[in-house]
Amino acid sequence: MANEVCFKNMHLDRPWTLETYQSSGGYSVLKKILREKTPAAEIIDELKTSVLRGRGGAGFPTGLKWSFMRRDEPGQKYIVCNSDEGEPGTCKDRDVLRYNPHALVEGMAIAGYTIGASIGYNYIRGEFWEPYERMEAAIEEAKAAGLLGKDILGSGFDFDLYNHLGAGAYICGEETALLESLEGKKGQPRFKPPFPAGFGLYGKPTTINNTESLASVPEILSQGGKWFVDIGKPSAGGSKLFSVSGHVNKPGNYEIPLGTPFRELLELAGGVRNGRKLKACIVGGSSVPVLPGELIMDVDMDYDALMEAGTLLGSGGVIIMDDTTCMVKVLENLSHFYMSESCGQCTPCREGTGWLARIIHRVEKGQGEMADLDRLEDIAEKVGGNFYKRQGGRTICALGDAASMPVLSFLKHFRKEFEYHIEHKRCMVRS
Amino acid sequence: MSDSTTITIEIDGKSIQVKPGTMLMDIADDNDIFIPRFCYHKKLSVAANCRMCLVEVEKAPKPLPACATPVADGMKVFTKSPLAIAAQKATMEFLLINHPLDCPICDQGGECELQDVAMGYGGDVSQYDEGKRVVNDKDIGPLIETEMTRCIHCTRCVRFGIEIAGLQELGATGRGENMRIGTYIESALESEMSGNVIDLCPVGALTAKPSRYTARAWELTHHDSIAPHDCVGSNIHVHTFRGLANRVVPKNNESINECWLSDRDRFSYQGLLSNHRLRDPMIKVDGEWQETDWNTALEKVRDTIADTKENSGSDQMGFLVSPSATLEEMLLLKKLANGLDVSNIDHRLRQVDFSHQNQQPKFMSLGLPIEALDTIDAMLLVGSNPGKEQPIIAHRLRKAAKNGAEISLINHRDYSLSMPLHCQLTESYTGLVSLLAEVAQSLPGFNATSLPQEAKALFDKAEPGEDSRRIADSLNNKKISAVVIGNQAINSPCYSLIEVFARALAEQTDSTFGYLTEGANSTGACFAGIAPNRKLGGEIEDRSANTTTMLSEPRNLYILHNVEPEYDFADPVVAVETMIKSDCVVCLTPFISDDMKIYADILLPIAPFVETSGSYINIQGKIQSFKGNTPVENTQARPAWKIMRVLGNLLHIDGFEQLSSADVLQEFESELSAIKADNQANITEVCVLDSVDSKLLRSSQVNMYRVDNITRRATALQKTPAGQEDAVHINSNTAAKYNLNNASRVRVKQNSTAVGMPLKIDNSVADNSVWIAAATNVTKKLGPMFGVIELEVD
Repeated sequence: MANEVCFKNMHLDRPWTLETYQSSGGYSVLKKILREKTPAAEIIDELKTSVLRGRGGAGFPTGLKWSFMRRDEPGQKYIVCNSDEGEPGTCKDRDVLRYNPHALVEGMAIAGYTIGASIGYNYIRGEFWEPYERMEAAIEEAKAAGLLGKDILGSGFDFDLYNHLGAGAYICGEETALLESLEGKKGQPRFKPPFPAGFGLYGKPTTINNTESLASVPEILSQGGKWFVDIGKPSAGGSKLFSVSGHVNKPGNYEIPLGTPFRELLELAGGVRNGRKLKACIVGGSSVPVLPGELIMDVDMDYDALMEAGTLLGSGGVIIMDDTTCMVKVLENLSHFYMSESCGQCTPCREGTGWLARIIHRVEKGQGEMADLDRLEDIAEKVGGNFYKRQGGRTICALGDAASMPVLSFLKHFRKEFEYHIEHKRCMVRS
Repeated sequence: MSDSTTITIEIDGKSIQVKPGTMLMDIADDNDIFIPRFCYHKKLSVAANCRMCLVEVEKAPKPLPACATPVADGMKVFTKSPLAIAAQKATMEFLLINHPLDCPICDQGGECELQDVAMGYGGDVSQYDEGKRVVNDKDIGPLIETEMTRCIHCTRCVRFGIEIAGLQELGATGRGENMRIGTYIESALESEMSGNVIDLCPVGALTAKPSRYTARAWELTHHDSIAPHDCVGSNIHVHTFRGLANRVVPKNNESINECWLSDRDRFSYQGLLSNHRLRDPMIKVDGEWQETDWNTALEKVRDTIADTKENSGSDQMGFLVSPSATLEEMLLLKKLANGLDVSNIDHRLRQVDFSHQNQQPKFMSLGLPIEALDTIDAMLLVGSNPGKEQPIIAHRLRKAAKNGAEISLINHRDYSLSMPLHCQLTESYTGLVSLLAEVAQSLPGFNATSLPQEAKALFDKAEPGEDSRRIADSLNNKKISAVVIGNQAINSPCYSLIEVFARALAEQTDSTFGYLTEGANSTGACFAGIAPNRKLGGEIEDRSANTTTMLSEPRNLYILHNVEPEYDFADPVVAVETMIKSDCVVCLTPFISDDMKIYADILLPIAPFVETSGSYINIQGKIQSFKGNTPVENTQARPAWKIMRVLGNLLHIDGFEQLSSADVLQEFESELSAIKADNQANITEVCVLDSVDSKLLRSSQVNMYRVDNITRRATALQKTPAGQEDAVHINSNTAAKYNLNNASRVRVKQNSTAVGMPLKIDNSVADNSVWIAAATNVTKKLGPMFGVIELEVD
């Protein structure tokens, strides 16, 4: 059941080499497409059939995204891979880059072919040195094998792929900030519209996909969209990588079909550390609402079920917290992160994230007052809207929403702990 | 019902027909619907970062920024619904948590956008209890004061640099709360338009350094005027405090300066406040200066004039007039000269080549409206650096260039102009003519038969390079094109040849030919006949006299109007020597200087710009009048037109009955309304090129902050990097050739003069050329702006 797509070759020796990748059928899809000159529409249809939804966090259907590109219009177009995996709790793309870089190379070449882009950029998180080297090696191998470059395999299709290392900003994982950064500018999101498909990198039509999404493409096209959707749910096909971290016995990346019950994923990860009780879980990276242990246990890991349970699938960064966890401390940590990572351009996020962090810091230190809790909710709503009321944020990008969701959800589910901190000037858990 | 080009939207229940794709903010503004904003500015790109303009749009899941939301058919917008107001108030709350709430001690207080909007959208009590952010101030030069704690990060100043000034000097560094606006490496702003960020800044983060903390906005009186330092005629508001100019800000005029102003026009008012203002009429008696009253002074002037006319003849009198004098002053001066039978009158103080003066057009103009520069497709600028000479012209060209216009330059030195240039060629001042000949040569089918002999010879010799061809093609192929010659061309010893070629190129490529002239009123001077060969009204008659002839044989009496010979002439040394040799020099001047005390004999204090009324004719031929805005306290200074009027009466000359400056213009109303700025002329008389082969040649540009007596006394401008410019610039080839590679100072020799100056190796200068700014305190002791020069290690 597991490891059928991005981690398909995980069990093989040196899975990152071209040899290993090709031994399990790698590059056959690209070759076939180039040989048969498969119409782009056919590829997009197959992706639509597969119901592959963007693995970066927003879950936008990949096939639909590719269909926005006017591939036959003249002018340069770009395919960009977002490997700036910065969402706290998420480390799946790192392992795609480390262990299956050729799937990404092939996926990007196919994407380039489909959307009419002759150049691809892979924007890799600055801290990912080893993954960067694996990717560089993979590109070199592919080039040497004639799978990248000019007139690939005599098909007339040119595709050059470049890796680009970021410099340590979470915000550059936001697609338009990533483009700005790639252009050599300060990484801050652009206002949309216009969307990248119309005005992207250097103002040219651009498609940006997550690493896992692009690396899934070759396998989907090889086995068929139907096969992929059947693995998962009708509304979201395939298996997905989940990064399980925190208080579990076997933290790590797990590829499981979408719709797998949370309980099973937790078992895969060896269960809660020291046999303790699951207190809370953030299932989709630090930006999504937290759920108390008792609410998450029986939920299936897919978009609809998690939404119904009051959270989001996000990037698949599953953070497990056992009953020794101080939720105030966790929120303090998270809020500090969003304060540090706000790009600073929009007023509510620039000013609000710091305000939130300061209040939570005070509360954690036992210097808060009861009014602070309502104030936190008020500020969070003014920065990032309210997830529970289905109200969007007030900022250019979603960082504002991301900063507010933890605040609102922690207060919703664990308000008592905050009150305890204020009232007793110490932590409920460690007392 | 909406037709095919418009759609209907509804804002606050009001149905509005709009063009699809327009931003909500623009529609609201056009319909007097107020939406608060900070980052939005009509002349800048949309940033959508302040979030103050959030409004409710039906069916949108969240409030949307009006500045960045394009309209769609049937859209229903609510700018004052509970959701919209809540969003706007929330933004205001965030803006205020870290902004100092000390408006009473902020220079911007009373005219602050944040303060204004906070009155409507801010809470009365803050729920913010944490520590406030404090940000270090930055030193960005003598013009702009920073108080960065007040910054609300709207990035208008940053976008101004990138989009309008063409020079990104301010940027945002750091992220989140640590985002800072600054220059990164501390340095003074160098853009000649930098002061506009003061107007753009919605808070007190960027304020005008010279006027900071001198007055409250509500204490200032607001007067309209016209900037007097270049031929653009930017519209300005002068703000006065207790009768004195306190600051200058732009007055919006879309067809001239839009909402922008050059730093020179903005900060020159400081010159008016100089300690060197002349307060009383003064007379030199036996070598000693004495203050006197107007009657005595004017009678003395009358007697001197009458005496000179009687005993030496009218030809022994010369009038030298600033090209920035008002039209009224010029008209009365010309009438005075006519009444005295004096033909020696000129405003072309820095011009040296007058070969073609009798064939020049009646009015010298740009040949097209300033506004039309925005949409030009190609332009060749010769001997011009508009960035420093007419910054608004440069701004207009920058706009055109950004839209793909091909702007080419032929100059003595590479000028950046902060815009993409099509081509830039540089040569020494004689070589520059050859470059023009090369461009002509590269023009397919160029008809050289009409060229004067001297020009034809150059044309025949020309061997065009690739760049000349590109310029020729650009003029030839582009739809709307122009050839414009600027200040440095006009002041060049090869002016007539430059004009002949420029005109021929324009004619044969269907381009407009135009001038960018010195001062604020050269076109007005043409009209008033402030040249020996021009009649009142501008008509040209055949005369060979000019500024040079007026100076080469010292006259007995000179009347200098708003002129300082040590700075305002092509050859300051000759000009000063001539004045000293003259029997009597009468200066109508707002200022007194040590130099003036030496060469002058009678000083009459006149009211400068801001204090006098008058008119200028700008380079597109537009007459703009302004009022005298402040009575000058504690001085006897009088508007110059009144002084001339009295002089006319004292000398019993007819036509001096005017009661106001408007009366002066009244007399010429019909002629003025008939001004046709078409630059029509046929030039056949040109200069003969001196043989200067293998000699080092000086070329220069008047230092941008020393163009006239007011700017020279504007203290803050003098402290800017441009104001401090005082070096000898040569390129590395020239340095190697003359063994100056390691020299830091050189001794500069020109004619009989010599001064020591710092040397700067600067590869923007043409080979065998020496570039030295004119009108500085050092170069006033040096020979002409253009000419043979020698350098040796100092």
